[in-house]
Amino acid sequence: MDYLLIQMLNGVQLGLLMFLLAAGLTLTFGIMDLVNLAHGSLYMMGAYIAWTLIGVTDSFVLGALLALPATFLLGVVVEAVVMRRLYARDHLDQVLATFGLILFFNELVRAVWGPAGKSIAVPAFLAHTVEILPGVLYPAYRFAIIVVGALVALLLAWLVARTRLGMLIRAGASNRRMIGALGVNIELLFSLVFGLGAVFAGLAGLMAAPISSVKIGMGDDILILAFVIIVIGGIGSIKGAFVAAMVVGQIDIVGRAFLPDFLKTFMSSAAASSAAPAISQVLVYVLMAGVLVWRPTGLFGQRT
Amino acid sequence: MIAALRTPRGLATAAILLVLAVLPLLTQAFDQRYLLSVGTRIVIWSIAAISLNMILGYGGLVSFGHAVFFGIGGYAVGILSANGLQSGWLQWPVAIAASVLWAALVGALSLRTRGLYFIMITLAFAQLVFYVSAGLEAYGADDGLNISRSRFPGLIDLRDKASFYWLCFVLLLGTLWFCSRFANSRFGFVLRGAKSNDQRMMALGFPVFRYRLAAFILSGAFGGLSGILLANEGAYVSPAMMSWVKSGDLIVIVVLGGMGTLFGPLYGTIAFFVLEESLKPLLDLARKGWGEYWQIVFGPMLVLIALYAKGGIDSLLGRRRG
Repeated sequence: MDYLLIQMLNGVQLGLLMFLLAAGLTLTFGIMDLVNLAHGSLYMMGAYIAWTLIGVTDSFVLGALLALPATFLLGVVVEAVVMRRLYARDHLDQVLATFGLILFFNELVRAVWGPAGKSIAVPAFLAHTVEILPGVLYPAYRFAIIVVGALVALLLAWLVARTRLGMLIRAGASNRRMIGALGVNIELLFSLVFGLGAVFAGLAGLMAAPISSVKIGMGDDILILAFVIIVIGGIGSIKGAFVAAMVVGQIDIVGRAFLPDFLKTFMSSAAASSAAPAISQVLVYVLMAGVLVWRPTGLFGQRT
Repeated sequence: MIAALRTPRGLATAAILLVLAVLPLLTQAFDQRYLLSVGTRIVIWSIAAISLNMILGYGGLVSFGHAVFFGIGGYAVGILSANGLQSGWLQWPVAIAASVLWAALVGALSLRTRGLYFIMITLAFAQLVFYVSAGLEAYGADDGLNISRSRFPGLIDLRDKASFYWLCFVLLLGTLWFCSRFANSRFGFVLRGAKSNDQRMMALGFPVFRYRLAAFILSGAFGGLSGILLANEGAYVSPAMMSWVKSGDLIVIVVLGGMGTLFGPLYGTIAFFVLEESLKPLLDLARKGWGEYWQIVFGPMLVLIALYAKGGIDSLLGRRRG
């Protein structure tokens, strides 16, 4: 029972990380109509920049806090140099150009930081366990990810639903040309939204770093999962991205944690432990196929 | 035929096909065995790119999972070979049938969706096969599987590099012939019509979904063929054959060469491989060790191609007739 609870918390933690990534993706698609494959590169850059800054400042919190404006800046620059020219193009051009950006960033990281992966240590003040229920211990760092992730999700919900910027974002998502005609500075809005997405991606990358590792291409696999999430949730819908991220997080973790034992009842244990991660990945894609057959525009997507 | 040779496009195409036809003789004369293996891969990737062009170029369907057919064709050969079934007469039809089945399933589900949803669902299905192959403990899992080449006793020995190359080349010619018949048939015109306006085609009474599905399946069959050849080329299959980066490369090749043109995918593949093989030494020339990072240059080139060179190489060869 405790084991199940801990695994479910791990699922929530993974889901929140993926939500941070998916939120930026779904915003840029909903508002700018932009397919950004290079979003995972921002996740990777966030982690690498944090690794450097943590080394320089010798403090996890300070380094992480400095890495956020740095990824914002990177996002704004990428938007101004490349993305801005892509908004009016069709999806194929966007796929091609942002695929080029992925290659560029992966090689840039290899040239600057070297081919070997880096690791970020769990900060000392979080390197213990907390008792979430009597007798149930959970690593404090993972718990901190859940807290920060949930706070950022709430912040985003508040930002989108309650502020003027959020109002413009929602207006932009439903009719881009109209808000431009109404005198809103669309270029600035797009830059801000893209930068915001970059910060969320960078935050997810640097928070994930101590529990996985900082390596080239780290953003690519999780990016595909993030795309699956926004497709399940409905492109442009933050609520959909949140629901789908939670579901996918649970499937992934619970699949990894419990499938091996289940498979071992009828196959060899080596085969079971190598097949289980594959099967839990497959389950996620089966879920997506099922949702799309049932609702071709995702759970919370706009009907066309 | 002679008139076609007078245009730059006709001349370039004839020259390329001529060089490809005699490539093994050239590489033997100049003792460049490595170039023959690059040439073989160019021919195989061209077949894959032509098959992607059938749906991407003529149909306007951005499939971001086409490399999955490298994997399905390759693994069908590899798994049969690992179980002692070496006959090409068995392996090849099974591999094509598997590709067709998978294309039918994925097409039937994904063609219900549009735009970004279609891009992502094709990518996701390709990832699904990728993860399944990486989980196949009995067939090498992540590390892949060494196989022995398909056997066609008394007909051809695929272990001989030159014979294998010529087989691939003949299959490339066959694929080009099929694609030209396909593109200029009524079927091809319905598909192209649906690309520019599918609502209108439906209003005219064409069952667009069925046409697209048929094209998707045809494309998958030729994709599977390229997978069979790729597995035989290296005598090796692995999940990396169908990583999503390879699907991206295939899209790059088709756009680079010129979408919806017969020879575009061929130009694109050659340009892609030549760029890869020449950027490395060029950068190494600028400063030793830089060649390793050739994608730092190649990535921004893709951005520029997407922004400014949509017609691809084909459009550089002059305006199209008709």
